Amino acid sequence: MNWEEDEEKLLPSQRPEWSDVSPLPQDDGPNPVVPIAYKPEFAETMDYFRAVYRADERSPRALQLTHQAILLNPGNYTVWHFRRLILETLSKDLQQELDYVSKIAEKNSKNYQIWHHRRWLAEKLGPDAAGRELKFTEKILSGDAKNYHAWSHRQWVLQSLGGWDDELEYCHQLLEEDIFNNSAWNQRYFIITKSPLLGGLQAMRESEVKYTVAAILANPENESPWRYLRGLYKDDPKSWIHDPQVSTLCLKVLTSSGTNHVFALSTVLDLLSHGLQPSRELREAVDTLNPNSSSTKDSLGNTICSVLEHADAMRVNYWRWRKSQLIV
Amino acid sequence: MGELAADKHVKYILAVEKRKDNFESAVLEHLRMNGAYWGLTTLDLLGKLDAVDSNEIIEWILKCQHESGGFAGNVGHDPHILYTLSAIQVLALFDKLNVLDVDKVSTCILDESDIAGLQNEDGSFSGDIWGEVDTRFSYIAICGLSILKCLDKINVERAVNYIISCRNVDGGFGCTPGGESHAGQIFCCVAALAITGALHYVDKDLLGWWLCERQVKSGGLNGRPEKLPDVCYSWWVLSSLTMIDRVHWISKEKLIKFILNCQDTENGGISDRPDDAVDIFHTYFGVAGLSLLEYPGVKAVDPAYALPVDVVDRIFFGK
Repeated sequence: MNWEEDEEKLLPSQRPEWSDVSPLPQDDGPNPVVPIAYKPEFAETMDYFRAVYRADERSPRALQLTHQAILLNPGNYTVWHFRRLILETLSKDLQQELDYVSKIAEKNSKNYQIWHHRRWLAEKLGPDAAGRELKFTEKILSGDAKNYHAWSHRQWVLQSLGGWDDELEYCHQLLEEDIFNNSAWNQRYFIITKSPLLGGLQAMRESEVKYTVAAILANPENESPWRYLRGLYKDDPKSWIHDPQVSTLCLKVLTSSGTNHVFALSTVLDLLSHGLQPSRELREAVDTLNPNSSSTKDSLGNTICSVLEHADAMRVNYWRWRKSQLIV
Repeated sequence: MGELAADKHVKYILAVEKRKDNFESAVLEHLRMNGAYWGLTTLDLLGKLDAVDSNEIIEWILKCQHESGGFAGNVGHDPHILYTLSAIQVLALFDKLNVLDVDKVSTCILDESDIAGLQNEDGSFSGDIWGEVDTRFSYIAICGLSILKCLDKINVERAVNYIISCRNVDGGFGCTPGGESHAGQIFCCVAALAITGALHYVDKDLLGWWLCERQVKSGGLNGRPEKLPDVCYSWWVLSSLTMIDRVHWISKEKLIKFILNCQDTENGGISDRPDDAVDIFHTYFGVAGLSLLEYPGVKAVDPAYALPVDVVDRIFFGK
């Protein structure tokens, strides 16, 4: 791909190689709805694009034209589609095309068409492309660690092309950079449950609980690891309520002053609903947080809901509803 | 806090900004069909749909239709499921679904370029013949075919099974199985399940809690934990909560305040968060969100079809 800047600035009408083509103007009809005022360069480039698209001309100059059109509007799905047709017809080097996409994606990392084009290329190249695709998504994520497209592509690469080896370590790196990154926590769960190289959820539970507990203790107000922890006991409520690490964690958080207790409290509520028999210490820790100490006869669940109605006042209706659902 | 500057928003939508140096205009060219849906539905919700010439619009929409029956984002572009739905929705606003050859638009199960023809073996939907798989497309196919009353043209059970496979441990849904729960994807999945009568597959209590946790201090809603609030989530989160009967779990007053603060009360339009530039996309979602919050002066909107309730009633129950 020729990246010379001067050449790129020349419009089709200024280039001798386009002299045989009659550009096709956009036909909006007599009274256009939401008419858009275009810059002359945009209008001209698109007029020439329409001409070659209508003629289905799959030539090198048409390929270059799709590049011009993409620069002007990377969201134009018709242009990307035609580009793919040309790439196939001309049997272009798809690794080079990956280079091209990488450059365009630098400034358009949330563009659906680019990610779709990337997937099309990777699919064609097969498992050999896995390493490169993981590197590419890593680059995008280094700029925006929560880019939904990048994560979606990365999950597709892992499942379709492989490359699981370093994924857990990669997740760990991202969490070291930002322990609040919900996407990284989600990816961690994805790996634990789906990686063919690990033993599956149950086998990984022990080490993952330790990891998650440490993360929670560092930032108890962090929603993601609390949910992750709960997910480690998916379909196994008995283990959930009997694992001493879980209730110990809640107790630790609840007895720390100046800490956000909301998720710890809601976790205890969840444990109770599955049959946890709360310890005296846990009961006392919750009572300490209750501004309304006259309700000592209330069940632990009731007390928790009362505390949360104040501590998480935005969601007062939710906590009131939870209270109404308590059996005792 | 102020009020909803409805008249200003109507003016904003109606006024065509002919700024020649506007990069955004060029970028929006291929999705003009979406723009028409956002703008016109907002006008209808504010009771001002009669301010536009429906015949002109319908004429242009039909010009965007292809041989296959699918619609493009604009004249000269290829058909895509995203624009086919918007086209159907806009025609529904004008009560002109009858201009469609319903068989043509919907029967293309075998024709690759149309909605129903894009259903893959596993029940998922691709967006076009070039195979993007995403639960957004499940919703689009189900919503579009439902409006055309042709839901029987797809394998509903398979489609529902695919959506359920995208359900996560936190009660939410992602774009594909294992994908991070995201309010936009949750809306698509919940709405698709609502339309197909399969809401019992949603853990409403668990999802309801995840959704109401999207409300942050400012009163706005985000789309995933630890992200910034954005007016468009007033729709994605709120409509999902409405469909599972838990909209009262968020603080309505605080959200209303947030949305109103995102208005440009001088020039009209609503932005993603206070003091940012406005656009038609966020104007629609802000107004639709206010509708779900029962803000006075805004018509009721259907949370699954994303069209005014009276339009949906007209489709399914006649005039």
